[in-house]
Amino acid sequence: MSSHASPVHHSEAPKGWIRHYIFSLDHKIIGTQYILLGLSAVTIGVILSVIMRIHLAWPNVHIWGFANGVVSPEDYLRVITMHGTLMVFFVLTTVPQSGFGNYFLPIQIGAPDMAFPTLNMLSFWLTFVSMLVLLSSAFVPGGSPISGWTAYAPLSAVGEIAGPGQGLGQTLWAVSIALFCGASLMSAINFLGTTIDLRAKGLSLMRMPLTVWGWFITASLALLAFGVLLAACILLLLDRLAMTSFFIPGGEMVSGVLLKHAGGSPLLWQHLFWFFGHPEVYIAILPAMGIISHVLSTFSRKPVFGYKAMVYSLSAIGFLSFMVWGHHMFISGMNPYSALTFSILTLVIGVPSAIKTFNWLGTLWGARIHFTAAMLFAIGFVSLFVTGGLSGIFLAQPALDLYLHDTYYVIGHFHLIMGVAAIFAMFAATYYWFPKMFGHMMNETLGKIHFWMTFVGVYCIFMPMHYLGYAGDPRRYALTDSVHYLARLQPVYVFISIAAFVTAAAQLFFYFNFFWNIKHGKKAERNPWRATTLEWQVSTPVPHDNFAGHYPTVYRGPYEYSVPGAAEDFTPQDVAPEQVAKA
Amino acid sequence: MPHTSTTEELEIIEAGGGGKPPSFPGRDDDGSPSGRSGIPQRVYVTGIAIGMGAILMFFMAFASAFIVRKGVGSDWQAFPMPRILWLNTLILLASSVTIVRARHFFARGDRESFRHWWTVTTILGFLFLAGQLIAWRQMVISGFYLATNASGSFFYVLTAAHGLHLLGGIVALLYVGRGKLRRLTFATATEITSVYWHFMDGLWVFLFLLLLLGR
Repeated sequence: MSSHASPVHHSEAPKGWIRHYIFSLDHKIIGTQYILLGLSAVTIGVILSVIMRIHLAWPNVHIWGFANGVVSPEDYLRVITMHGTLMVFFVLTTVPQSGFGNYFLPIQIGAPDMAFPTLNMLSFWLTFVSMLVLLSSAFVPGGSPISGWTAYAPLSAVGEIAGPGQGLGQTLWAVSIALFCGASLMSAINFLGTTIDLRAKGLSLMRMPLTVWGWFITASLALLAFGVLLAACILLLLDRLAMTSFFIPGGEMVSGVLLKHAGGSPLLWQHLFWFFGHPEVYIAILPAMGIISHVLSTFSRKPVFGYKAMVYSLSAIGFLSFMVWGHHMFISGMNPYSALTFSILTLVIGVPSAIKTFNWLGTLWGARIHFTAAMLFAIGFVSLFVTGGLSGIFLAQPALDLYLHDTYYVIGHFHLIMGVAAIFAMFAATYYWFPKMFGHMMNETLGKIHFWMTFVGVYCIFMPMHYLGYAGDPRRYALTDSVHYLARLQPVYVFISIAAFVTAAAQLFFYFNFFWNIKHGKKAERNPWRATTLEWQVSTPVPHDNFAGHYPTVYRGPYEYSVPGAAEDFTPQDVAPEQVAKA
Repeated sequence: MPHTSTTEELEIIEAGGGGKPPSFPGRDDDGSPSGRSGIPQRVYVTGIAIGMGAILMFFMAFASAFIVRKGVGSDWQAFPMPRILWLNTLILLASSVTIVRARHFFARGDRESFRHWWTVTTILGFLFLAGQLIAWRQMVISGFYLATNASGSFFYVLTAAHGLHLLGGIVALLYVGRGKLRRLTFATATEITSVYWHFMDGLWVFLFLLLLLGR
């Protein structure tokens, strides 16, 4: 291992508890903070989905926490809004990128820390404040907003006459999202600056682990997308608070009141929102793709099949993500020629996605696979990505979308590909990196039980939703038992709910496995998976500046597993060619 | 001149920088000056370039909203362009020239002239902001408040957003002008401040033309 004996970067690790664990500048602490924030958000989000499933399957069951135990239609919409907002922003956007990315990006590229540590700390605390603002909406008069995570204008813009929660609750929502945008932009600058300028000697772009590529492209998307959402939130807040008319049309009657606004365009909100919203889908899934490639290669003991094709397809997906936002708006009355354009561009995304899928399968092909919990979740991701992706091709057809839009088909589609697939990547990442983060191993048996229950569970939850969608079941309806053709679907609701409870319960295995083993797990070796990338070559726990002053030089690509002629079946990136032991 | 390990004072660079500070051995460590932190100085240049990309997208969102809103709304009323904006634009263009002068003298090691032109730039920045406030008064006098018509709403939103970003530039000018820095070298600090300042200038010219031709 080559080493440069140079002094530690900024400073010694801070001594005080608050500087060390709360207002830390260390990317590893900040990454852990993001992961814990995401874990709190996902816990609340899952509790909310359990409430939804109880209410949908057994509408008359009383639920604690609601007035008289009855979930009113407004309450149901509140629950949906908070579930969506928490999951999309504070789990899917936060954990794979800001959580694991913060922790492992600097180590994987051989850097002492992120490029701008103070900015990094600010990003985290702004995200934290943003989540508090969002959650506080549950405790103000009117409660949380009822407009869903997309907050479509004009009902999100006109204030409390649009319903309970559309007053102060919706304002808090918009403020929360605006803060979140600011935090994400700062974080994106940090990720990009770090990757561009702080790579170790010898770490050329085409030697970067695919995780780093995933985080890099995601940060580029976040950089270009969140500014647009921030602008949209500012205009929304002005409509709400300053009587402007950006999104509210003239002559609008809401709850019997004629509004004084004039000339605004509700579609303008949809365009701005989805110009952010579609890249946002990839902000959730691209880091996941990087993590999955990484884990698949490690446990297949084979190089990633088609490394360059993986990089180019990641970039292509990122590029195309800015040109397809209109496919969320096929029923908005857009010109059919525009719809055709958006539809074709959307279908084009299938090409790089298929390249990735086949390359993952190519990586697995003929391998002596180590079926660890991390590997199972990685393979599960590929399965979910295919299932969820195929239904996307259906939805990309404007003619089919007219029927399927806003039905449970869409819910099934995006939960499989965006929600659950990204969550599977987070689980894979947790099982994979836990030994490096906490110095102990997670329990593999519990991990496998967790995997199988979750894997079967999510398919039982979301596959029947496609069927509900074909049957014309609209999303966001609090009660369906009084509608004749929907009432007959009630047994499917009950089945989905039971599957959801079992899946939610299976997560208890994960919680136990995670928190118990932070202290009590089997002691982890430095490199328990015999992996090649830099994070596994440093000691555990990772030193404050990551390399204890001995910054590595990189000599090879990231996935040199089972290289012919080498004694070991893995060759770490920082081993000089002359030091590789011959078989 | 004694100096601490965390603060660089303007005088030091004139003395030739002293010993090379400890540096993180990056990929292409070309011996470019590192700050006290050991993080190579080029990350700050990269960071500001990336940040400008985000700011550009933020303003493009407003600009496209402006164009769309004008196109679909039947209620659009053109506001009279506040006359002082022409003067403000000239002031901001002039400040881009003065900051170039300042950097020119910085590169030659002429500290006095550097400070002089740097201060002139800062004052021009404040003058521009004051002029923008007068422009708001002129809008009010012609009857356009924030919510009067969408055209005026965009005027206030665009000028306010630009003004806040420019204020950030003024804070940077003042911070660098104060003469004490952490982490950054003076060469880097003056470079990124001036790059950002030119960007704010160019952005304003774009917004000015958008408002002038699009209102």
